[in-house]
Amino acid sequence: MGLNLGKCLKVGEGLEIRFILIQNRAGKTRLAKWYMQFDDDEKQKLIEEVHAVVTVRDAKHTNFVEFRNFKIIYRRYAGLYFCICVDVNDNNLAYLEAIHNFVEVLNEYFHNVCELDLVFNFYKVYTVVDEMFLAGEIRETSQTKVLKQLLMLQSLE
Amino acid sequence: MPAVSKGDGMRGLAVFISDIRNCKSKEAEIKRINKELANIRSKFKGDKALDGYSKKKYVCKLLFIFLLGHDIDFGHMEAVNLLSSNKYTEKQIGYLFISVLVNSNSELIRLINNAIKNDLASRNPTFMCLALHCIANVGSREMGEAFAADIPRILVAGDSMDSVKQSAALCLLRLYKASPDLVPMGEWTARVVHLLNDQHMGVVTAAVSLITCLCKKNPDDFKTCISLAVSRLSRIVSSASTDLQDYTYYFVPAPWLSVKLLRLLQCYPPPEDAAVKGRLVECLETVLNKAQEPPKSKKVQHSNAKNAILFETISLIIHYDSEPNLLVRACNQLGQFLQHRETNLRYLALESMCTLASSEFSHEAVKTHIDTVINALKTERDVSVRQRAADLLYAMCDRSNAKQIVSEMLRYLETADYAIREEIVLKVAILAEKYAVDYSWYVDTILNLIRIAGDYVSEEVWYRVLQIVTNRDDVQGYAAKTVFEALQAPACHENMVKVGGYILGEFGNLIAGDPRSSPPVQFSLLHSKFHLCSVATRALLLSTYIKFINLFPETKATIQGVLRAGSQLRNADVELQQRAVEYLTLSSVASTDVLATVLEEMPPFPERESSILAKLKRKKGPGAGSALDDGRRDPSSNDINGGVEPTPSTVSTPSPSADLLGLRAAPPPAAAPATSGAGNLLVDVFSDGPAAQPSLGPTPEEAFLSELEPPAPESPMALLADPAPAADPGPEDIGPPIPEADELLNKFVCKNNGVLFENQLLQIGVKSEFRQNLGRMYLFYGNKTSVQFQNFSPTVVHPGDLQTQLAVQTKRVAAQVDGGAQVQQVLNIECLRDFLTPPLLSVRFRYGGAPQSLTLKLPVTINKFFQPTEMAAQDFFQRWKQLSLPQQEAQKIFKANHPMDAEVTKAKLLGFGSALLDNVDPNPENFVGAGIIQTKALQVGCLLRLEPNAQAQMYRLTLRTSKEPVSRHLCELLAQQF
Repeated sequence: MGLNLGKCLKVGEGLEIRFILIQNRAGKTRLAKWYMQFDDDEKQKLIEEVHAVVTVRDAKHTNFVEFRNFKIIYRRYAGLYFCICVDVNDNNLAYLEAIHNFVEVLNEYFHNVCELDLVFNFYKVYTVVDEMFLAGEIRETSQTKVLKQLLMLQSLE
Repeated sequence: MPAVSKGDGMRGLAVFISDIRNCKSKEAEIKRINKELANIRSKFKGDKALDGYSKKKYVCKLLFIFLLGHDIDFGHMEAVNLLSSNKYTEKQIGYLFISVLVNSNSELIRLINNAIKNDLASRNPTFMCLALHCIANVGSREMGEAFAADIPRILVAGDSMDSVKQSAALCLLRLYKASPDLVPMGEWTARVVHLLNDQHMGVVTAAVSLITCLCKKNPDDFKTCISLAVSRLSRIVSSASTDLQDYTYYFVPAPWLSVKLLRLLQCYPPPEDAAVKGRLVECLETVLNKAQEPPKSKKVQHSNAKNAILFETISLIIHYDSEPNLLVRACNQLGQFLQHRETNLRYLALESMCTLASSEFSHEAVKTHIDTVINALKTERDVSVRQRAADLLYAMCDRSNAKQIVSEMLRYLETADYAIREEIVLKVAILAEKYAVDYSWYVDTILNLIRIAGDYVSEEVWYRVLQIVTNRDDVQGYAAKTVFEALQAPACHENMVKVGGYILGEFGNLIAGDPRSSPPVQFSLLHSKFHLCSVATRALLLSTYIKFINLFPETKATIQGVLRAGSQLRNADVELQQRAVEYLTLSSVASTDVLATVLEEMPPFPERESSILAKLKRKKGPGAGSALDDGRRDPSSNDINGGVEPTPSTVSTPSPSADLLGLRAAPPPAAAPATSGAGNLLVDVFSDGPAAQPSLGPTPEEAFLSELEPPAPESPMALLADPAPAADPGPEDIGPPIPEADELLNKFVCKNNGVLFENQLLQIGVKSEFRQNLGRMYLFYGNKTSVQFQNFSPTVVHPGDLQTQLAVQTKRVAAQVDGGAQVQQVLNIECLRDFLTPPLLSVRFRYGGAPQSLTLKLPVTINKFFQPTEMAAQDFFQRWKQLSLPQQEAQKIFKANHPMDAEVTKAKLLGFGSALLDNVDPNPENFVGAGIIQTKALQVGCLLRLEPNAQAQMYRLTLRTSKEPVSRHLCELLAQQF
């Protein structure tokens, strides 16, 4: 417990999502979106810890894992793990499907998304995230609306 | 739909990323990066002005390098420049760089804020959203100061685009959470609530989050949201699976919005309006009904979305805890999930049922699933599911099923994952104690625990079994027999040796009649383990041996032989050596009677909350640090531990010990006969009988006070200026104080700050200051859960005629305490005249729908109004003599409950409030103090003297005051402290 995640934000303060991580099996980060303040060392530590707890689990396990005073809701797509860290009282299935909804949008937007798309277009992935999640909350859930907006932005110079 | 080609728009970036990916080693990567950094630096420094595209490209490369984990120390200015570009792609990279890389105290913040301001005013929805997202992502106080006032306007403006409203709502939420003081409440708040009616579901989705957050802080101001949320929810729940088009997800209408609305409703008790409530109950029933319908799709997304709503619905039903019908239906639904093929659902059902088990309406329904849950404990592959099963078994346990559950948990323990063994051990120990009908079952269970998982049995657990055996004579013989049998095992856990050694030392005589467990057999059994044990255990066993000498004189010679052996007498460990030497001497010089007294059976332990329960709470509860030292300070654990006190740890009842210890125990009023020793001189000085007391002019009280300074003119009356007299409920309205109330109160006699009370839900902290006859106390109520407390009301009650003695004004506190939050209550206190009983503090609230109440003693004791008084020895003695009427003196002789440390004693006496007078008592070991108790009606002078006797571990405390009940009361209070 080297890290004071608990101290940074107390349980129940109501910030829903603490961070979103996309990592590959080797532990390389493909997206890290933080909704609370951490310094760089803490971020690195969290990234490693999440990788350690998530990759040891298999398909028969749940998609939820306790993580300090929080929990990680995660889902694996090919070689990528999509992880959302939320408060222990938050609704597991709602976030599990929020991940899937996000992945479907990425898939549509990048036309059969693969890991390389996220690498080469990292700056666009942030835009997708901000359309769907903001301030640690779910902002927009309609795939149609999100994609329409993304295409509109795409057309801008 | 056109795909986005790789790195389109910025070829240079794509090439750079490819280069990095092709690097074969870390060194090559660093080399490539350094080359790129040099290139970018030269471009930025170059004479030629860069165009927007190049600037964007280089800033984006820097960002990529940073995300790879390298430090970036330039480029910030270029990024800020991009903000003022009027091209979206350039602006976007600028904002992204700032969100990821610029921390809030950057000097650039003024420039950044300026650009944001321009974009917010641009009326271009794309730019406005970029700016809002940047504020939401950074969320710094500086940004709050700059924009908190503008964003509500954007949010409720009639002409704002929907997407802007969505972003504005969440941006405001972020600022409100970071710095609530900066967000002005105003006419916009009412309009925010009406966003629940907005046509655009995305706007509603974002707005509900904001409203939920605002409700938690100001529930009364946002009450109107209840009916709006219910009607919105009702429209969604009753819509057909495709009605909501864009917002239908795998045939489930608006699942996330439904979940958010259900969470919003959990900020409030059930709706008061019958129509609203009826509509809501209908919604909840519809959700439960839909769960029974055949699925509209085989996809897991469909069932997950549907069940997300179902679980949130069940949470709301549990939160209300008032609809037995719905609670039972919820329980049945979860029961179906317990055997579902989806692991996620089994896990969530176990978790959710755990809370249902604590509701009186559904407890029985939960219990019917016991076999399924036990099966889950045995067969689930995922340890976290097994852990939830163990939690649920613990939650559903009551007298009727305790034996079954405990035995299943014990069985599980044999194969349990290491990570959760200790918790299971604690749970078993608690259940066994809580539901023990016969204590032999309890003893068996704990010994089984030690056998199966000895390493995970913490001190708390085995201390507790010793406390219980000591306190219940019906189980002592059985315990002795059982530990004796358990110790027969060739390899038994050291904790078993500790428990066995202690129990046989106390109660071995109860089985000594059986030749198979005769005293020599008992001894040689224990001693056969001795050499394999740690120092602490060996120390404990030595104490057992000396107790054997008392219990079984026939073992004396053997045991003396053991004690005398060089391996003990010259043991390298000081503790062991000291015990061996002292016990050997004690057994040789003391008469049988003395030995019997010193080594008498331990007296019963005071009943207190199980230390195991406290430990479990610590494991579970967040930030329960203060509870930790409580466990440590537990005096009984020290006694049992046997590793602390070098002398035999039992001293029997106080009365005979007084003689034994050679302390003068003469009744106070009698003139003390001069005894030998250092006390002599003082005895002479202090021993003037009443007859020798000439009456000197006015009454002793006045004389005592005459020289003392009058109350300071600027006495802090302002403290009491806030007139908020709380409507005290009559004493009949509140429950009796909790059993530990006196113990808790005692902790505060000599100190003013600390944790007054703590359980799983609530922590109450105290800070107080007293001056003259006035005091101000701050009580801090901390909600340790993540659920809001409702109807939270702490009140102060004056039992009996305390009303006339002490005035306490309280300020009202907010009726809601958020999960994890703390509220503060200020109490203004005025001491009118001397008083003996403290006021009561009654705390009531609703937690998860269930009423909670708690009565404590407020830590206000008469000594809080002490003014320390310095005086010379001569004055002290003169006054001491003046206060020599028998009723003016109170005296107590008592055993030390804590280690006798002069510094600690000093600190306690100063904390008690009196001045400490040096060079008054001829014996430097003794303490002498003086002070005046300030009340509005009168002042009471007090003198005190405390004489420690380190050898005997006893104290004598004498108090003289001008008022008889005060002497006795102070004496009682202070005697508890040592």
